[in-house]
Amino acid sequence: MKPWRRPGIWLILALTIAVSVWPLLAGNKPYAREVAFTMLKAMALASSLNLLLGYTGYVSFGHIVFFGLGGYVGFYLISVHRLPLYVAVLAGALSAALLAFLLGKAILRLRGAYFALATIGVNEAVRSFIKNFEPFGGPTGMTLNFRIYDSYGGANQALWITYASIAVLTVIILLVSFWVKTSRFGLGLMAIRENEDAAEVMGVVAPSAKTWAYVLSAAFPGMIGVLFFFKNGNIEPGDAFVLHQSIESIVMVMLGGQGTVLGPLFGAAAYQRLRGFLLVSPLFKNIQLTVAGVLLLVIVLFVPAGVIGWLRHRFPRLRRVLE
Amino acid sequence: MSAILQVQDVSKSFGGLRALTSVSFDLPEGQILGLIGPNGAGKTTLFNCINGVFLADSGKVIFRGQDISGWKPYRVAHLGLARTHQIVQPLNELTVLENVMAGACFGHEQTSLGRSQEIAQEVLDFVGLAERSEVLAASLNVAQKKRLELARALAARPYLLLLDEVLAGLNQVEITEMLEVLREIHEQGVTILIIEHVMHALMNISQQVIVLNYGEQIAAGTPEEVANDPVVIEAYLGDPKIAERLMGTDA
Repeated sequence: MKPWRRPGIWLILALTIAVSVWPLLAGNKPYAREVAFTMLKAMALASSLNLLLGYTGYVSFGHIVFFGLGGYVGFYLISVHRLPLYVAVLAGALSAALLAFLLGKAILRLRGAYFALATIGVNEAVRSFIKNFEPFGGPTGMTLNFRIYDSYGGANQALWITYASIAVLTVIILLVSFWVKTSRFGLGLMAIRENEDAAEVMGVVAPSAKTWAYVLSAAFPGMIGVLFFFKNGNIEPGDAFVLHQSIESIVMVMLGGQGTVLGPLFGAAAYQRLRGFLLVSPLFKNIQLTVAGVLLLVIVLFVPAGVIGWLRHRFPRLRRVLE
Repeated sequence: MSAILQVQDVSKSFGGLRALTSVSFDLPEGQILGLIGPNGAGKTTLFNCINGVFLADSGKVIFRGQDISGWKPYRVAHLGLARTHQIVQPLNELTVLENVMAGACFGHEQTSLGRSQEIAQEVLDFVGLAERSEVLAASLNVAQKKRLELARALAARPYLLLLDEVLAGLNQVEITEMLEVLREIHEQGVTILIIEHVMHALMNISQQVIVLNYGEQIAAGTPEEVANDPVVIEAYLGDPKIAERLMGTDA
């Protein structure tokens, strides 16, 4: 069946577009834009991670490394070489993809917990490297000269451009996620997820399929990193490689349902709403990450398929809509 | 008749255990070759050495004129060799149809998703799983999972099929049905190498039989020859009269 004939894809697009245009409807307020930006960033990061975690079955705990590295490379190009944003975004994607490609050759042969541990190690290693890498500003990082925003029509305009970019990027990621799920490539990935040895016996070229899944799921966070730090105007190692952000992405994917297109989208939205609530609540504001941890535990124990996965299982008729 | 598969002096040890010792045989195209032997004789290990799951310590495997020793399983699959597993390996969270599609998609014809769906539906029809095609593979019972294994291997449209105990765990009716399916596959021109413990079934469908014991090939020949071979009787069949019974049951 042609992809655009499937109702699921329209639901996904409608949800993403609804989140994207919400700040415009909410009166063009910077506050609404920032909330929506954070929401879209979470959706995009979770959906990228899902390409590896959900479809391929490899848990990457240190996935934020691609966000940080892409952010650094892009930021450096904008700030030092005065290159335009879109070039920086592409460079962010390429650098993250390249790192994933090289890593893939080395650590994707590890399975299960060993792979997960290795990804944490990679994140820590890259962080330490950047901390000591003078061209990227070492431990203090880099700050964008405010004048750079002038070429984008001023700071306010630049923020809206960044916002529009992440909205478009999120839509692209979801289309890619949908394509992967319904493609031959995706079928190979899911075969690997279910049983890598059997998949290889069937003829799935697991090493290259896994590497491409890893590259794809790394390239997008690289782009998101560039957009985020461009908007931020400042980048430092402590902000770029935050391990718990990786874990939060995992919570989002698991909460929504790994291996579905809609799951990470839903999980990210739900988690961000919850997080927003916890951060302003006097009782929970200091233990917001504890709540995330408990949430992950509860999901893994009771609804391992996540909300969307559970709904698909419970109501098979919904499968056409909840892709 | 040329040999589609030649196994030459293949040996494999796990630590101090010699699982296979210089096993050699030729499998002519279009034949059904049975592989028998007591538990732990090295039958599945031999399969694993043929299709690349294990790397043999020495010896050669030649498939359709090409030396495939040391090849990865997926490369062997791309040449047109498919197998089933003794312990079924369904892709649990995928539907039955998707399981079989994966077999078609990534086998030696490398078909598109659309084409593999057509092939999968045909094959599911053929093995009698068509009405279960939309359920998750995890929810099938053992007999159905065995059929799924077979369907997945068949969907690759292989030249050579390695069947590892596809009859084990099935009841008499299911065995008869499965044998019918195997005969039809064979009639379509697929060469089959089959490991089986259900002796009378094996004796009736194979043209040649090889007997392994402690990793060594102790006999080879037609089913009659093997069933009457004193060495085989001692190692495996256990009772001289069993041969007569085996050959006597249904044709």
